[in-house]
Amino acid sequence: MGKVIVITSGKGGVGKTTAVANIGTALASMDQKVALVDADIGLRNLDVVLGLENRIVYDIVDVVEGRAKLKQALIRDKRFPSLCLLPAAQTRDKEAVSPEDMVRLCNNLKEEFDFIIIDSPAGIERGFKNAVTPADMAIVVTTPEVSAVRDADRVIGLLEAMEKTDSKLIVNRVRSKLVDRGDMLSVEDVLEILSIDLIGVIPEDEHIIISTNRGEPLVNNNDAPAGRSFMDIARRILGEDVPMNMYTEKEDFFTKFKRFLRWR
Amino acid sequence: MSVIIDAIKRLFTHEGGSKEIAKERLKLVLIHDRTSISTEIIDQIKEEMIQVISKHLEIDRDGVEFSLEGEENSVALVANIPIKGVRRHKKKN
Repeated sequence: MGKVIVITSGKGGVGKTTAVANIGTALASMDQKVALVDADIGLRNLDVVLGLENRIVYDIVDVVEGRAKLKQALIRDKRFPSLCLLPAAQTRDKEAVSPEDMVRLCNNLKEEFDFIIIDSPAGIERGFKNAVTPADMAIVVTTPEVSAVRDADRVIGLLEAMEKTDSKLIVNRVRSKLVDRGDMLSVEDVLEILSIDLIGVIPEDEHIIISTNRGEPLVNNNDAPAGRSFMDIARRILGEDVPMNMYTEKEDFFTKFKRFLRWR
Repeated sequence: MSVIIDAIKRLFTHEGGSKEIAKERLKLVLIHDRTSISTEIIDQIKEEMIQVISKHLEIDRDGVEFSLEGEENSVALVANIPIKGVRRHKKKN
C-alpha cells in the first residue's frame, strides 16, 4: 500500500510545484514507484515543470467523470520509468472534483504506487480540501518571509483541524548571506514561530530557474545545492536519518572560471 | 576577512537587523490570527452577555461595542457596554 503525501503552503509562489517535481523525481531515482497528482485544477503547472506538457491526453477530471481510465490518464516519465503524472484539467475549476473523488482516486493509486504526491493549489478553499483530504502526510512549504510564514501557520492550523497529524515543514529559498547579515529569518526563527517538525531546508538556487526553463528535474545534478537538498528530503521520507545540510554552490576552479567568462 | 568587510559595510549602510523586525511583526500578527474568532461566535457571546447583564442593569443595547484587541503579546476581549440605569429588584419577603 502506497503513502499519500500532500504538498501545500497557503501562499502561492513559495515553491510547492517545484518541491513536488523534485521530491517525486528524487524518490523515483531511488527506485520508488511514484505518482504525482496535480490538484490545481484550472491552473495546471506541474506538467510544464516536469516537461511533460506535450504528452497530456486525459486529465484528472476525465478520470473522475469516467471519460478515461486512470491508467490512460497517467503519463509515464521516460527519464524516470517509475514516475507518473496525473495532470490537472486546465479548462475546469476546483468544483469539478470533490474530496471524496480524491480519496477514491488515491485509494486506486495506492495499489500501484509506493508514493502518491499531491500538488495542492494555493489558498485554503475547495482545492486545498481536495488535495489534503486523501493525504496520510502533509508537507508545508514556506519561505523565510513574513507573509509566507503567516500563511503556513494558518495552513498548519487547518491541517490540525482536519486531523492530519503527520505534518512536516520545508523552508525554501533560504539565502545564507542574508541570514548571516541579519536580514532574513533563519530556519530556527521560522521553527520557533511555527510548531511543526522540519523535513528539509532548500537554499535559494538559480539551478531551479534553469531546470524549470528546460522542464528537466534537478535532482540528478550534484552541482545544484537545491537538488541535493531535495534528495535529502526524499531520503528522510524513506525513513533515513539524514542530517540537515545547508548546501552551497561549489566554487571550484571551473565554476569560478565560468563566472569570470559570464562577467565579461 | 569578508566578515570584517561586511561589518564595515554595515557601519555605513542601513542593512542588517531587518529580520528582528520581521520576527516581531510576524509574532504579533500570529497572535491575532491564532485567536481569530468568527463573527458569528462574537455575536453570540455579545447576545448572551447582554442577556445576563440586562438582568441586573438597564443597558443601551445599540451602544454595545465588542472587539478583540491585541496587546504586546496577548489578546483581550474588550466590551464597552453603556449603562442607562440599575434595575430595581423586588425584595423578597
